[in-house]
Amino acid sequence: MAAITSPTAGHELNHQRTAFIVMAALFALAPLIAYPVFVMKVMCFALFACAFNLLIGYVGLLSFGHAMFFGMASYASAHSAKVWGLTPELAILFGTACATALGFVVGSLAIRRQGIYFAMITLALAQMVYFYCLQAPFTGGEDGIQAVPRGRLFGVIDLSNAWSMYLLVYAVFLGGFLLIYRVVNSPFGQVLKAIRENESRAISLGYDVDKYKLLAFVLSAGLAGLAGATKALVFQLASLTDVHWSMSGEVVLMTLLGGLGTIFGPVAGAAIIITMENYLAQLGAWVTVVQGVIFVICVLAFRRGVIGEIANWLKKPL
Amino acid sequence: MDIFGIPSQALFGQLLIGLINGSFYALLSLGLAVIFGLLNIINFTHGAQYMMGAFVAYLLLNKLGIGYWPALLIAPLAVGATGVLIERFMLRKLYKLDHLYGLLLTFGLALIIQGLFRNEYGSSGQPYAMPEQLRGGQNLGFMFLPNYRAWVIVASLVICLTTWYVIERTKLGAYLRAATENPALVQAFGINVPRMIMITYGFGVALAALAGVMAAPIYQVSPQMGADLIIVVFAVVVIGGMGSIMGSIVTGFGLGLIEGLTKVFYPEASNTVIFIIMAVVLLIRPAGLFGTQK
Amino acid sequence: MKRKLLSTLVAAAFALGAGSAGAQISDGLIKIGVLNDQSSLYSDITGSGSTVAARMAVEDFGAAAKGMKVEVVAADHQNKPDVGSNIARQWYDTDKVDVILDVPTSSVALAVSQVTREKGKAFLVSGAASSDLTGKACSPNTIHWTYDTWMLANGTGSAIVKTGGDSWFFVTADYAFGHALERDTEAVVLKNGGKVLGKVRHPLNTQDFSSFLLQAQSSKAKIIGLANAGGDTTNAIKQAAEFGIVKGGQNLAGLLVFLSDIHGLGLQTAQGLIFTESFYWDLNDQTRAWTKRFAAANGGKHPTMAQAGVYSAVLHYLKAVEAAKTDDGTKVIAKMKDMPTDDPLFGKGTIRADGRKIHPAYLVEVKKPSESKGPYDYYKIRATIPAEQAFRPIDQGDCPLVKK
Repeated sequence: MAAITSPTAGHELNHQRTAFIVMAALFALAPLIAYPVFVMKVMCFALFACAFNLLIGYVGLLSFGHAMFFGMASYASAHSAKVWGLTPELAILFGTACATALGFVVGSLAIRRQGIYFAMITLALAQMVYFYCLQAPFTGGEDGIQAVPRGRLFGVIDLSNAWSMYLLVYAVFLGGFLLIYRVVNSPFGQVLKAIRENESRAISLGYDVDKYKLLAFVLSAGLAGLAGATKALVFQLASLTDVHWSMSGEVVLMTLLGGLGTIFGPVAGAAIIITMENYLAQLGAWVTVVQGVIFVICVLAFRRGVIGEIANWLKKPL
Repeated sequence: MDIFGIPSQALFGQLLIGLINGSFYALLSLGLAVIFGLLNIINFTHGAQYMMGAFVAYLLLNKLGIGYWPALLIAPLAVGATGVLIERFMLRKLYKLDHLYGLLLTFGLALIIQGLFRNEYGSSGQPYAMPEQLRGGQNLGFMFLPNYRAWVIVASLVICLTTWYVIERTKLGAYLRAATENPALVQAFGINVPRMIMITYGFGVALAALAGVMAAPIYQVSPQMGADLIIVVFAVVVIGGMGSIMGSIVTGFGLGLIEGLTKVFYPEASNTVIFIIMAVVLLIRPAGLFGTQK
Repeated sequence: MKRKLLSTLVAAAFALGAGSAGAQISDGLIKIGVLNDQSSLYSDITGSGSTVAARMAVEDFGAAAKGMKVEVVAADHQNKPDVGSNIARQWYDTDKVDVILDVPTSSVALAVSQVTREKGKAFLVSGAASSDLTGKACSPNTIHWTYDTWMLANGTGSAIVKTGGDSWFFVTADYAFGHALERDTEAVVLKNGGKVLGKVRHPLNTQDFSSFLLQAQSSKAKIIGLANAGGDTTNAIKQAAEFGIVKGGQNLAGLLVFLSDIHGLGLQTAQGLIFTESFYWDLNDQTRAWTKRFAAANGGKHPTMAQAGVYSAVLHYLKAVEAAKTDDGTKVIAKMKDMPTDDPLFGKGTIRADGRKIHPAYLVEVKKPSESKGPYDYYKIRATIPAEQAFRPIDQGDCPLVKK
């Protein structure tokens, strides 16, 4: 679904390195001008979108149920921090682990089909997770898990201090981002792209395509979980919104707007969408309308997305 | 008399309610099946078009004094016309691309339509008066069946079977099916394929709107009414077989019944049972129970 | 390193600024935030009407004449705890809001109460119902105005059981409020010698109640208690009429019903419903006069008790700020508890240590269409429950603020 990007040569990597430094600097300075909780939200969702993009942009699989990983990890992290008293880094790891496990189960079921059927399976399974979360006592149903303590990182650093929390989220985001970057630019990533372009040829070359797809799926799910687990600590709340299918739709929107198959696209998309939601919040339902309009415009006329268009103009992959 | 520990009265009552719900599922999935089966378009806007049908009926009644029975005809035509416009000016551009872009477009359209209606009407829902002729109900012994709900079952069956007949057994239907299987060849025979496709999409949308009009008197006419229903309907279509009209009809009614049964024996699972069945079917027989692999 | 220095400087600046304003109004401005549902289930019960009520209170208090700058802002929490707590946090952190009002939907109210406590601000709940807000979730920064589930359960529940409705079946909304209402009503029913024959939970914002109503019918309970609110209640009542529930000999008990719900249902469907409220616009000359002004500013719609509660709360809050000479949340709440309340809508009342505001409650019955003289003339007052009996005794709530 995305444009074919040529193998990155040394000087093209510089471009991406510059972009990365710009992005890291922007996020480092942002809390000085903008509301820190807002920027933390952007980073969590940016990571979520990057994880989603790994699947759609580089493997070509549209998952319409990614909220289940994001939300499930959010609940797991919130529960472990609040009820079991785990320190934040353990809570986040636990949440991520849950999402990874769920990703393995869902992936094993969904990978067997492609295209539309794959999307429909992920949607159906996500709905099951949603209804499970609606009923299960530990999630608190409509109330969600509230008053989640931020705790002390490693038992030492007090995270109720806004700056410490920000640094944690910043580190998680950059870490996750770099991991995705490494995966995409590795031999593994090349095989994934090959599968996206022409699966039968990849099979004929001897690659166990299903294993690669499953691994990519699990990776994507785990990183989405990382985003969700962190988000639960930022907002100290885990709720049904995180597992609802509209959340899955939102991450698709962010990635589409930013640019499918680009590295920085999802980050830009997440930043734009969340900012827009924030400023248009007073306008209530107009947010939904604007989101819909962006979807339509992107699909009809702007398929490369923001970063994709910039990359196309620069003739360099981003 | 108790069946599996549940009084038979309660059981039959819930089954009947399940059948009523199933009629809506069947009617809605019919439109979706027509659109996907014939056009290979995943119409995520279906839920919003269902909602528009209900709103058109509401507006007809409250602004123009036009009642339920004319609305059954006018609303589908009006909403179907918007469907025709959508196909002509937006969907047509996407046929050369991956099918998933069609899904994303219709998803975006659904958001726009729902958002606009929510802005105008809020989320609370408008009341729509039940038509005079269908008020009241029959005491069936094991439950009190409102007349209107009985009408829903009957009407839904009639519409579904008629549509199936037209598409599968008439010449028009044959042209339609041929046109989508091999548009170039059929066009070479002189048939205006783009127009057929346009009208087919409009027809599927009109079916959704019709379901909306029928839902108006019993459910609140609210902008959200289609949003959660659409996913269940997708499940129905996938289970039935995405190309099969009869499959969607049978599955729609069947799933309504299964959901009703689940509500009796294991209510907590009543929301998820449809998706469990869908996941199982997709794994064993991805073409669906009645479908044929394309 | 540079970043650390900069942030330290910024923090120091804030600290200095905050310190000097300790005994004064922060930023020279009292900012009131009305947070409720403006587009969904409870938008008619609270919504923009609550903002109108808040502004009327600011006017009537005469803030301008006293040289106090007061501003009212509003936002929509969409009945979601994450949206509500985010707005609350942002309002407190960046928008300098001092007090939040209204907040229907108990799950959101609990979340906002938590955030308010963390930030040391003030929270005056008018829209939400869960009695946990003055029970195990009580807070020195929260006052629960207007009503709660215990008041509703006690008023409606005992009245109905005493008149013969002694077997109940609950249809409950599956969230904090629904559970609290069901729990409190069940306790009252059992205490008065009644039985609970069954319960069923439904998701918030349910469209189709046919399956739940059928279960209620087959339980053969004399009373079907609707432990839900807003659109859920009206839907259930309408569909109950469709399924001939009342004709079949069972009665519906709306446990939380507002004036706007009756307006939406119409007297034909709603006549005979009995429930409890703590405010009705037609009680006396003062409430009538106020309602006239309110309706003029609110598009002709008469006030619900939640909106009246917002007026009363803002008025008392401003009086307390004036008396305490500060808008520090914890201090003002303490002051509000010290001062007795008095306003044209709820009359004279007090606020207890657990944050519960005390005033009389009214058992009302919906008039028949023939008995009503015009729109909004919907209630007959069946009984007045005196303030001391209307709310849960302070020692029964498990509130940690109450010394045993």
